[in-house]
Parts: sequence; structure tokens; C-alpha cells
Amino acid sequence: MEHILTCIVCPRGCELHVDENFNVTGNSCPRGAVYGAQEIRDPRRTLTSTVKCRGKVLRVCPVKTSGTIRKADQFRIMEIVNKTEIVPPVALGQVIVPNIGDTGVDLIATRAIDE
Amino acid sequence: MENRDLVIIGGGSAGMAAAVAAYDKGIRDILILERTEFLGGILNQCIHNGFGLHEFKEELTGPEFLTRFVNQVKERGIEYELEANVLSLTNDRVVTYLSKKGKKSIKAKAVINAAGCYERNAGAIGIPGTRPAGVITAGQAQLYLNEFGYMVGKKVFILGSGDIGLIMARRMTLEGAKVLGVAEIMPYSNGLNRNIQQCLKDFDIPLYLSHTVSKVIGKEHLEAIEISKVDERMRPIPGTEIRFDVDTLLLSIGLIPNNSILDQAGAIGSSTRGSKVNQNMETSIPGVFSCGNVLHVHDLVDYVVEEGRQAGVAAAAYLQGQQRSDGPRIECVPGNGIGYVVPSWIDMESAGDSIPLKFRCRKPSKNVYISISFNGKEVKKMLKLAMIPSEMEIIKLPKNLLDSNQGKLEVALVAKGE
Repeated sequence: MEHILTCIVCPRGCELHVDENFNVTGNSCPRGAVYGAQEIRDPRRTLTSTVKCRGKVLRVCPVKTSGTIRKADQFRIMEIVNKTEIVPPVALGQVIVPNIGDTGVDLIATRAIDE
Repeated sequence: MENRDLVIIGGGSAGMAAAVAAYDKGIRDILILERTEFLGGILNQCIHNGFGLHEFKEELTGPEFLTRFVNQVKERGIEYELEANVLSLTNDRVVTYLSKKGKKSIKAKAVINAAGCYERNAGAIGIPGTRPAGVITAGQAQLYLNEFGYMVGKKVFILGSGDIGLIMARRMTLEGAKVLGVAEIMPYSNGLNRNIQQCLKDFDIPLYLSHTVSKVIGKEHLEAIEISKVDERMRPIPGTEIRFDVDTLLLSIGLIPNNSILDQAGAIGSSTRGSKVNQNMETSIPGVFSCGNVLHVHDLVDYVVEEGRQAGVAAAAYLQGQQRSDGPRIECVPGNGIGYVVPSWIDMESAGDSIPLKFRCRKPSKNVYISISFNGKEVKKMLKLAMIPSEMEIIKLPKNLLDSNQGKLEVALVAKGE
């Protein structure tokens, strides 16, 4: 069976056709081919959110997963994110939760907060 | 009065990119005026990823992207003032602004306006029904959630399928809200395809095309909304109402250049609701430049940055004595199927070898040629398999294709086979 999906790798949003052998057509770049096959086998997303922050100015700090996590894991990981609290200073890229929810990737800060 | 070489209004992506570019061309006396407490502009609240594929060849979140530009500004020691709200600009480049230190005026040799855009709100579209709390623009809800840390509601409907609305549909869903649907008055979405996929389809959020909110219900606070299908003239069709019990209606119904400063200064306006500019981003007022979302609303920050740089380089050239000609010019106009063209005119004397033309189509089009003609003669033609209004096109037009320094340049769509 052929799957038709929208590529999310870049803003162009190509329409990808993926056949039963995970061959991808319709992509405009190699990254689209990788995404198309991956999306059928095991869909994954980078999760972005915020964690509570006891800062002087900011009450939240933006975060992301350092790599992709299984799409189906997003809500489970959000529960951990929402229980997490940090106290500044925090550096850009600093690990906030290592190996979050046993996904193999870390939750990292995407903004530096000095105080 | 204090004198400055270059004053930049707005410390977002466009303003910072302009400042860095002007600095790198040798300008040292630069001041960026930023209204909020932080450099970075709207990217501070855009915590999702997907930025920077053109600029940095990697996928970054908004805060990560802006940090790189903040670092470039700081490394160069470019001055900036935060919580500085520009009140006015005169046509001889006196910038007056308000900060914690009070009101101050600066006489600038050159000014770059990079003040960004604002959201169309409920008042702009006149939704029938009551006026309860709980009806809020999507960007404002994004600011509250991503920078202040609170949710505006738990049961949400979204009007308009612009990217901010789509991004907020995902964001609020992940934070535990129930997003019941998105209504779009047009028969197609105005958001990027990938956001339809990763923000709506990923979470089974329905998109109602050719639908609009036809009624707002609730006294103190929003209790419900009704949507209706619209006819070809965008009028709600009686009998097609669907009711949703929600506490929040997010509006993602368009962005408008925040161009009042230049309008008041007397710069000639364009159909984008920004100012008319030449190929160097210079407005009708000599030495006053405009770039980024205050000029025309962009879909990608990478292009905002590119335009900021163009303005910064041009402002530096202006300060270093390059004069534009106020004589013959080439007017750039949108032709068949095209909404607008930036720049509004080309001054051949100060133009570089390649002139970026930016434009949008009016409606989704497939298998069309983009045809650029100069004084009635086609000078460039390219095939596009698909075009949508939400994606800006950029064509870098070689200057040598233009065989005169005056006349009319038209960008138009021609169906394949014509």
C-alpha cells in the first residue's frame, strides 16, 4: 500500500509518496526521503515546551528535546516537562532532564536565563 | 539634541540583522531601540522549532535562533536600549522615544524601521454576537503561555488557519487543552502545509475550510461559538451552523505591518500597508529604510533576516555617501494573479547586479509561469508547479536584463499553454 503524507522537514511541505518497501517519491531533497520512510516505520517528533522557572523576570524557560522522540510519547513526556522546575542561571543548551522518560534524548534549555 | 549615524527602530530579527550588516560595512555609531525588555522580538514567544534552515542550515527554536543574532550584536558592541518605545519620526530623521529615563529625541543621519507587525483582532472582522472575555488573538495567547506561563483556556476553537493559529493548536493540545477545531473562511489554508500536518493532523484536530465563526455566545465569559459554512461571497449560509462549547476563541486572522511611525513621517504607503521602498529598502524619505514585517508580512524569519541585511548594507552605503537618484525610475507593479511586489520601484543608479523581487500570488495556482516583463517585453519566465498565497516567492533579477533606467516592470502569472 502506498502512503501519501506531507513532509514536515522544511517549510516547503512536499507531498511524499511512500511505497511498501519504504521507497519515497515526491521529495525535493534527501532529507525528505529519510523523513518519509521514518514516518511510516516509526513517526518521531522534536518536542518543544516550557518548564517552570523561578527567575526574577521570567517564570518559564523554553525547552526542547535534544533529538526526536516517538510521536506517541509526546503526552507522556509532557507530564514530566510540566513537573519540572528550574532555578536560574541556566545556559542555552543546558540539560534540564537527562534521558527524559527513557527516550534516550535529553530535555534542554533553548534560552539562557541569567537570573 | 543627540546625534547618531544610524538609529534602528525595533530589536527583532530584522533590526538586529540590519544593525550587524551596517556594522560590518563600517558603520560604528548605531543605536537599536527596542520596545520590550528583551532583544529578539516575536521569536521570544516562538518556542517551537523549524527556524533557521536557510540561515544556519539547521533547525532551531525561535529563542535559539534569536540568541545567535543577539550574540552577533553583542560581539560587535552595537548599542541598544531596551524598553524604549518610539513615538515619532520626522521626515528630517528626528526619532523621539520614551523610556524609563523619560522622553528623548535623537537626530539620525539614517533610520531603519524594523518595527514588525501586529495581529488583526476581533474588532477588525465584526463577529456577530456578544463581546465576552475569552476571545483573544493567537499571538497574544502564545505570549501568555510561552513567556508568562499561563494558559488562556481549556476548551478552544481557532478562527483562521494562519501559522500562529496552527502552532497554538498543537501547543495548547500538548498543554492539556482540548482544541475542538479550526475554521478557515477561504477554501484553502493560509498556513504552511507542514503545520497542517504536524499541528492539526497529528492531533486529529479538524480543519473546517470555507467556514467562519457566525456567532459568539456568552455574557461575562465565552460559553460557546457557532460556525457556519460560507458561500462564494464569504457570507454564512443559514442552516449550516455547528455549535462548539468552548471557553476560548483564538483568532489567527492576519498580520498587519506596524507602520504608523513611517506613515506619520509622511513616507508613501504601499498596498502591503507598509511603505513603498526601492530595491535598497529605502522609503520615499531619503535615508529612511524599512525592512522585515513592518514592510510586508513574511512567512519565514530567514527571509526577514535577509531583508534586514539588505537594509543595513544600503543604510551603510547611504551614510558613506552613495546617493540615490531621484530622477528616472522603474516602477514595479503586480500583474495578473499577483498580490503585491516588493520593491515598489528600482533606481538603476544605486542598484546592485542582482535585484531581489518578492511577491505573493493571490490564490493557489498550479502549473503556472511567473512572467516578468519590462516595458511590455518579457525578460524572465519560470515554471512553478504550485504556488500558494502563504508562501512568498523571491526571484533575483539580474540587473542586466533591464535595458533602460525607467519604465514599468510587471510580475504576472501566465497559465501553462498560454
